[in-house]
Amino acid sequence: MIFEGNVHKYGRDVDTDVIIPARYLNTNDPDELARHAMEDIDADFVDRVQPGDIIVATENFGCGSSREHAPVAISHSGVSVVVAASFARIFYRNAINTGLPIVVCPAAAADARMGDRLKVDLQAGTVENLTQGKTYEAEAFPPFMQELIDRGGLLEYVKTQLGEDQA
Amino acid sequence: MGSTITEKILARAGGLDEVKPGQIIEAKVDLVLANDITAPLGIAEFEKAGFTKVFDPARIALVPDHFTPNKDIKAAGQAKKMREFARKHKIVNYFEVGRVGIEHVLLPDTGMVAPGDVVIGADSHTCTYGAVAAFSTGVGSTDFAAAMAWGHVWLRVPETYKFVYSGTPGPWVTGKDLMLHTIGLIGVDGALYQAMEFTGPAIEALSMDERFSMCNMAIEAGGKSGIVGFDEKTTRYLQSRPEGSRARTVSHLFASDRDAGYAKVLEIDASAVQPTVSKPHLPSNTAAAADCADIAIDQVIIGSCTNGRLHDLHQAAGILKGKKVHPDVRCIILPGTQDVCLEAIADGTMQTLIEAGCAFSTPTCGACLGGHMGVLAEGERAVATTNRNFVGRMGHTGAEVYLASPYVAAASAIAGHIATPEEVGAVKGGSR
Repeated sequence: MIFEGNVHKYGRDVDTDVIIPARYLNTNDPDELARHAMEDIDADFVDRVQPGDIIVATENFGCGSSREHAPVAISHSGVSVVVAASFARIFYRNAINTGLPIVVCPAAAADARMGDRLKVDLQAGTVENLTQGKTYEAEAFPPFMQELIDRGGLLEYVKTQLGEDQA
Repeated sequence: MGSTITEKILARAGGLDEVKPGQIIEAKVDLVLANDITAPLGIAEFEKAGFTKVFDPARIALVPDHFTPNKDIKAAGQAKKMREFARKHKIVNYFEVGRVGIEHVLLPDTGMVAPGDVVIGADSHTCTYGAVAAFSTGVGSTDFAAAMAWGHVWLRVPETYKFVYSGTPGPWVTGKDLMLHTIGLIGVDGALYQAMEFTGPAIEALSMDERFSMCNMAIEAGGKSGIVGFDEKTTRYLQSRPEGSRARTVSHLFASDRDAGYAKVLEIDASAVQPTVSKPHLPSNTAAAADCADIAIDQVIIGSCTNGRLHDLHQAAGILKGKKVHPDVRCIILPGTQDVCLEAIADGTMQTLIEAGCAFSTPTCGACLGGHMGVLAEGERAVATTNRNFVGRMGHTGAEVYLASPYVAAASAIAGHIATPEEVGAVKGGSR
């Protein structure tokens, strides 16, 4: 999969409370959550974001609460992929589990600026900053994570593990 | 090379002789939990995937503790989804309002966690149960759904950071202060993906309640889990759980080998740690409470999954006894469970706190995450014994949260600004 979009750039330690504030967690409706994506770090985000846009952040993106509403809010806001120098552990699992593409690429994350045009090729494992004319190698997923993704996600994997009786 | 306690627990749960950091295992789970925010999303995924039964109705805990008693109509709808699922699948450990408590206080206190267990929960503070020498970690709703159906979870065996606390902490320095100090040292991703093993004489001297506080905040350093080895205090705690409970009947006792491999060993002199606060807007933004006396406050929260145990309320009451909450401050107590409330009534702690001018809440996560029961307005400032002080965490994005121990929170409630117990004339060992 190849994504191309404009960069929304943030710094380090973007926590899940600012990605989707707890005051909106009285629902799990994806579209409702998406209307408040990034609200407490970037109040205009939902007005600016265009389908396919890319969130770029530095270290520890998605730290804090385990709320899966965070990757859901981001993906339903129109964001195609999140590129970061590193992800907090639970957010990383949740992104894979909810189908939000994520890419670990510290150099691309450091260089990207708000509004840059970025092209991310998941298969090739590359991040290209079209505005700055630079190309970066992304970190590959660990083999097990790649297998989970290839098999259609965690719940599909579990169905296989359980055999036919449950699914 | 030997193994750490975490590696031994994961090897047992994975049905393996031994495991190494980085290895991916499929571990049997002893307890799976979720709350009224994370369960509804997990239940939707469980049903969407076509699962029809849970792996074991006795090993799932559904705890409506965040927005309960229902704070609004939508929250009531989410709580209802969880209740209906619990009834349909005959979930043994569903806790209705009136019996419910804050999950990470309630579940160990009701004896649902035993040493050597693997616990996963759709709540980031699931790491709390490391205090009883269990491996426990937070996951999201889909992992929760998968574990409910499967009875297993895939895990990457973490490397372990060993923290050795030497020396005797000062009179007003608690496990919470040691943890805030540690997070200040290593940063909010200082232990990313790591198991944090807390050891040393200062940890051995801590009460169980303070060990729970420390393990609770492993996630605030990015940790996958926090753990304290088993000792006689653990035994005493477990043996005073309800008769017949898992804590009384099951025990996989593991200890780290002398030659276990650690990715890092950090030595911390506990005698040099001061009563500590985390300033806005990161838990790692620490300072000595004594250096923050110019910070005026509007609200104090004492309680939560971090500090809502009886010992914490005793510490607060010890400071507030015979004193009054400052006229400009709202001091709200968020007790961990109904049992904590009953004990606080029986031993006079609740009376002390109410006479001082504190408001007593039902057990709920409520204010900690800006849900209800203590939401902050723009420009307001709170001292809280909770675990996070992110932008907007407790209400308006223009509000500020300072994290602290129950001692510092109670002293600040009296002073109207951030204060140490000494400043309000507290004497250690005084009657509560």
